[in-house]
Amino acid sequence: MMDTLALRVAERDLLSPTLLRLRLTSANANKLPSVTPGSHLVLDLPVKDGARRNAYSITQAGKGGTFYEIIVRHSPTSRGGSAFVHKELTVDSILNASCPSNFLALESTAKKILLIGGGVGVTPLLALARARMERGETLEFHQFCTPEEKPVFESLLAPFGQGVACVHAGRNALDFQTLFRRQPLGTYIYTCGPNAMMERVLTEATAMGWPERRIHQESFGAGGGNPFTVTLARTGGTIPVAEDQTLLDALESADVPITSLCRGGACGMCRTPVLAGTPEHRDHFLSADEKASGRWIMPCVSRAHGACLTLDL
Amino acid sequence: MSICFHRDEKFRVPFHFSNSDAALLRFPFPFPEDSYTYSVNIEPHTRGGPTEAFSAQFDVDEHYIAECQDRAELLAAEPSRCTVLPHMHDAEWDALELIMSDMVKDYPDLFTLTRDGDQWTWHNRPLGLQDTFTFGNASTLPCGPFEYITRQAQGDFTLQDQRDGNLFLDGVTVTGAADYSPAFDLGMSFDEWHGPATVATEMGIFDRALQYLLKLQVGRPVRRLNWTLTVNPRFDTSAENYPVWGPDRTTITPDNIGNSLFLRVELQSLYRLPGSNAILFNIRTYFASFGELCRVPKWGRRLHRVLRDLPPELAAYKGLVRFLPTAVAYLAAFDDGSPTSPGIAPDIQSLRPVGCPA
Ligand code: HEM
Ligand code: FES
Repeated sequence: MMDTLALRVAERDLLSPTLLRLRLTSANANKLPSVTPGSHLVLDLPVKDGARRNAYSITQAGKGGTFYEIIVRHSPTSRGGSAFVHKELTVDSILNASCPSNFLALESTAKKILLIGGGVGVTPLLALARARMERGETLEFHQFCTPEEKPVFESLLAPFGQGVACVHAGRNALDFQTLFRRQPLGTYIYTCGPNAMMERVLTEATAMGWPERRIHQESFGAGGGNPFTVTLARTGGTIPVAEDQTLLDALESADVPITSLCRGGACGMCRTPVLAGTPEHRDHFLSADEKASGRWIMPCVSRAHGACLTLDL
Repeated sequence: MSICFHRDEKFRVPFHFSNSDAALLRFPFPFPEDSYTYSVNIEPHTRGGPTEAFSAQFDVDEHYIAECQDRAELLAAEPSRCTVLPHMHDAEWDALELIMSDMVKDYPDLFTLTRDGDQWTWHNRPLGLQDTFTFGNASTLPCGPFEYITRQAQGDFTLQDQRDGNLFLDGVTVTGAADYSPAFDLGMSFDEWHGPATVATEMGIFDRALQYLLKLQVGRPVRRLNWTLTVNPRFDTSAENYPVWGPDRTTITPDNIGNSLFLRVELQSLYRLPGSNAILFNIRTYFASFGELCRVPKWGRRLHRVLRDLPPELAAYKGLVRFLPTAVAYLAAFDDGSPTSPGIAPDIQSLRPVGCPA
């Protein structure tokens, strides 16, 4: 169902000891699918102990589908994905990716956009800011980082100009209340970075009466999550659910008969009784009470809090 | 594949329309079970399904030429049936690119597209059209890009802009509205334009469907089926032209029902557009008369049971009350009470010739 793209690393550029910029082109000289700003790409990374599928925002896309650019942070806690990108990928390496998706798109009616980034969360915001700038539309960009990385981020934000973009070293360098209060009506917030930062943006802005629908956080669609194991009460089998796999996909690939239709948590066809464990609900089908009872799960989107779940299957 | 187009069909007085046996067998019959109520019946729009109507992204069938002609006639009389708000400029080109690319992929014998940078040449064999234009420059086309391509595809099309956690109906080519007014709905949000459908609203259908659509992704289109009954094979049953078609509802009799009452099915497909982030919606309408449908034994039996047991509030919303008893009485003769298989497939490969006693 999902189209795969074969990509070639055309350029690699180490921006800092931990930030690597890659320019990716089509491996077979095709035009890359056009993307809207805010899109991300899921790369298949063949790490030693299996495969990782990591999502990376596209910071810039070439006109006419010529290239995508991403920035990858090598994090010491990485389970191998970003380490692989930093250590193993060289110019001309070939890798597979899924076609880009976008959960952070621009909205045509925004009078102004206010971008708030933390660390490598800068990546989707760069694409959004560039698109606004090219169309001559108003934006304001605040980026948080450590003091050591300030110069790197300053150069990434330089194209937007002083007064429009500002880099802050340390998380308390900016007072959100003052920032939000001076925004004109019709401003949309786009934020991407550590969860705690995005949470703070959301809480402080909504507390001031900012409409929640005008606050966008990068979530990469929240498709995956922590891996867990399901036990099938009727047959006694156990099935692992990988971090990038839905519960429905896992059940289907184990040939467990289950009906489904929309595969997006809306139709209700896949509803399954839960006998033990706590579901992490992500659907729009179950009512709040049904969710709270923990007795049902929609396997096409929902996952587990904790390591296991027992289903009446 | 070759399609034998019905060139002389008329979707207005004097009506002239029929389905070949092959067209009937590929009909997207909308009832997977013996009863019907609303649900969020959305599924991935992959090529292939229970009948051949699901084989392509934008299905082309034997009625193609006649339907394009019907649309052209209505647009000539009422140009506002195609209206796109100015901020949807990018979405118009997006839609043109998507529809052309998919039509070429699904029907290489009928349509070709040659691209030389921004210079595109589109060749539509059934309609005998060939145009060279500059992609992105509307002045190189005979009309706006959305109008241009939707004049050459079956079914109505709408463009939805996504903002404020909602969808807005910001562009339409609608010449076959099933009892609604596209002009009235233009610019409305998802919940506003669905407002008249109160039963489905109360069931929470639209809240769920909207949340689902907001996450629709490029390259992963989805589809659903919707249905109603229409007297005569008339596309334009718009709210504004009610005086023209409304009186037809009183004309159904036991004698004419087999030929005059039509099951009208909308194969609706939705596509996230890659360059604008808008959503393209195709309402691809299929007609089959009751007489035609009952040639497929499973469908005759099932249609009888669905209409007999239809919740009265659905019948009222869909405007069926006036002729529903006549319809159920007609269909009863085709229901021998035997079971029907799950799903919508006709379960037969060929049809008994018309006129042969069963
Ligand atoms: C985004 C594109 C869509 C457009 C432009 C659209 C438009 C419409 C319109 C104009 C009506 C008639 C309302 C009236 O009575 O005035 C309608 C009815 C309805 N729509 Fe949608 N719709 C869309 C998507 C959906 C989706 C995704 C669902 C999924 C469940 C849905 C479910 C329904 C239902 C159940 C009705 C009542 C139909 C009946 O009983 O005949 N619509 N829609
Ligand atoms: S398949 Fe529709 S809710 Fe799971």
